Amino acid sequence: MAILKLTLRFNKRGILVKGSVPIMSKVTLTIDGQKVQVDADKTILEAAQEIGIKIPTLCYHPDLSLHGSCRVCVVENLANNRLLASCVTPVMEGMEISTLSARARRARRRNVELLLANHPNDCLGCDRNGSCELQEITHEMSIRREDVERFAGETRDLPVDETGPSLKRDPNKCILCGRCVRVCEEIQGVSALQFSSRGFDSIVTTAFDLPQSEVNCANCGQCAAVCPVGAITEVSEIDRVWRVIEDPEKYVVVQTAPSIQATIGEEFGFEPGTVVTGKLVAALKKLGFDKVFSTEFSADLTIMEEGNEFIKRIKGHKNLPHITSCCPGWIKFAEHNYPDLLNHLSTAKSPQQMFSAITKTYYAEKAGIDPANIYTVAVMPCTAKKFEKEREEHRDSGYQDTDAVLTTRELARMIKEVGLDFANLEDEHYDEIMGSLTGAATIFGTTGGVTEAALRTVKEVLTGEPLERLELGYMGIKEAEVEIGDRKYNIAVVSGLANAAKLLDEVRAGSSKYDWIEVMACPHGCVGGGGQPLPATKEKKDKRAMGLASIDKSNTIRKSHENLDIIRLYEEFLGEPLSGESHHLLHTTYRKRDKN
Amino acid sequence: MGCICGHDSESREKYLAPLKSILKKYEREERYLIPILQEAQGQYGYLPKDVLKEIASYLDLSLSQIYGVVTFYAQFHLKPKGRNVIRVCTGTACHVRGGAEVLKAIENELKIKSGGTTDDLEFTLETVACIGACGLAPVIMVNDDTHGRLTPDKVPAILQNYRAREKAAV
Ligand code: SF4
Ligand code: SF4
Ligand code: SF4
Ligand code: FES
Repeated sequence: MAILKLTLRFNKRGILVKGSVPIMSKVTLTIDGQKVQVDADKTILEAAQEIGIKIPTLCYHPDLSLHGSCRVCVVENLANNRLLASCVTPVMEGMEISTLSARARRARRRNVELLLANHPNDCLGCDRNGSCELQEITHEMSIRREDVERFAGETRDLPVDETGPSLKRDPNKCILCGRCVRVCEEIQGVSALQFSSRGFDSIVTTAFDLPQSEVNCANCGQCAAVCPVGAITEVSEIDRVWRVIEDPEKYVVVQTAPSIQATIGEEFGFEPGTVVTGKLVAALKKLGFDKVFSTEFSADLTIMEEGNEFIKRIKGHKNLPHITSCCPGWIKFAEHNYPDLLNHLSTAKSPQQMFSAITKTYYAEKAGIDPANIYTVAVMPCTAKKFEKEREEHRDSGYQDTDAVLTTRELARMIKEVGLDFANLEDEHYDEIMGSLTGAATIFGTTGGVTEAALRTVKEVLTGEPLERLELGYMGIKEAEVEIGDRKYNIAVVSGLANAAKLLDEVRAGSSKYDWIEVMACPHGCVGGGGQPLPATKEKKDKRAMGLASIDKSNTIRKSHENLDIIRLYEEFLGEPLSGESHHLLHTTYRKRDKN
Repeated sequence: MGCICGHDSESREKYLAPLKSILKKYEREERYLIPILQEAQGQYGYLPKDVLKEIASYLDLSLSQIYGVVTFYAQFHLKPKGRNVIRVCTGTACHVRGGAEVLKAIENELKIKSGGTTDDLEFTLETVACIGACGLAPVIMVNDDTHGRLTPDKVPAILQNYRAREKAAV
């Protein structure tokens, strides 16, 4: 299996048509008696979806290459009574397909039963209880315990990797669908996970079964986001956070990342992209956090620091292209794969880390609280941020700057645990001092957001003129030319680490034309983060990104350097951007790591 | 990240020198992975982690991809072979006369699975299709010695014999 993967790597869909033929030829087929005409490069599954016929799937994922291993999607070809895996079988003219035939239905059911036969079936003890695709299919097919027990096979008893700090892997729950292997290879270009061994011993694992924290993994959590079951999940910090909330000695401060307001609603039945900022704040206050702030405050701070750093670099022609540093998944990837280019990275910390460093210094002083009693929680779209907070570089306040990171999903679980009626909460506002938002910072949550926000500030500082909207879009590699003063700057915005590697290879070769490169590890940026609500597809992420962009448009102040709280922070505490104190609290260093 | 041979960088280089001359013969292309692994195993007797790391960086693959391939094929070994190689016959004749129970007994005795090597490097356990000694079924070979008409209860004594011999020789 493994070697097959290696040789087929570049053969995306097994079908070679897309893009090369100007007008796609059409094919007509019949599915469950209904005629459907589709492009010739479609699969039976896609054709069925077009006419609203639902076929269950497990190894299939719309954003990844095809695998065809689970056979939960089989349908019957009525011409020869053969069963076909619909997710990998291309349509053919005149095909007659049944999804309803007894043969097809029984085969699908049998294939799910066999998966369950060596599955722990430990739903009560599983983080994906309620969001597990295997559980849902089992439920939909009305499979009962007796159906599974007649196969009662050997179950696996493999060690669970809980060394964290970002991800937990339980290979006993793995159904070998290969989605994590594909996302890590195709989208992230990391290949930290791979099929190993054969037959019953076959598992998905790291090299030498090492803990995920000891290999070249970027901690982006895309594997957890595509895993249909509970085999890869975030390391949960919920218990830790409840404990400090219950501790009267602790002053618990929470920050929420820009993207959360446009994604957490999905956990409570809102359409993807619905902006629920007021309810998010209300829920956090009800849960018992002492102060509820927005990471957008420090995103503005990041822009001030990073924007000025960029200005300095272009004036001194040094370390260009300038590469953004707000994504900790990207940072770890760069440390493993591009240690020779680390000087191109901005030294500005991510907004999360700036926020916590300021909270335990400036804010503690202002509020008259002993920083030793302040506990900083960050609600993030991201599993890599769990890792980032543990880095030794991030203790500049004299304490571990960020104490706990909850993913969007974890926060949703806490809200559900106490039974808050999220959808009907009365809107509330973020707390003062560190609660004002510019909209420039809101779009930090999508790709292109950091760049647009920073360039607004850069251009105004340098020329006094406002920047027009860039509308960089959310996907893959995007580029733009921006005129500032009498010079044009080449800007690139990239998401997905495999895409980033392409640009970084150019930088290494000396052939990059860019002055500024923004990198986000997750496709679509943080709205597509490894900690966001599940399941997530391109389509949903687009809606989330549009939701965030709509906030930016509706906000009146949209420039980071006009955020009054930020201006005050510099006046009272930091001095100038890039000053000594800013450098100490808001900038960081990187380290070389082995490629493997 | 220490080197498996436990040496400093200088002796590490010496250790990897034979591998480097193997690599030199091949272009940096994925399709040469299998022949490179075969030659490297021929050189080192097995495939040590540091050797695989070196191959990974040469071919620009991730270590886990190489690990996946190595564990997929029975011909590759991640551990050195034991001083004694046990081959258990799983041919038809041995099978019907209880070869599977004998194999289980050996696995239990040594606490390894077929294909594995004990931590003390005394034994490697393998299965083979037919040894051609069907008259003696069920049969195993330890190094060059054939042991026939086996029952699970005879296993511990036979293995002990090889252990003892090793110890005595040392
Ligand atoms: S966290 Fe990201 S880099 Fe690490 S294994 Fe998962 S997908 Fe790959
Ligand atoms: S860990 Fe999850 S995504 Fe990866 S193969 Fe197993 S079930 Fe599939
Ligand atoms: S893109 Fe956002 S969610 Fe993804 S790893 Fe980077 S910071 Fe985390
Ligand atoms: S979904 Fe089609 S084979 Fe798995």
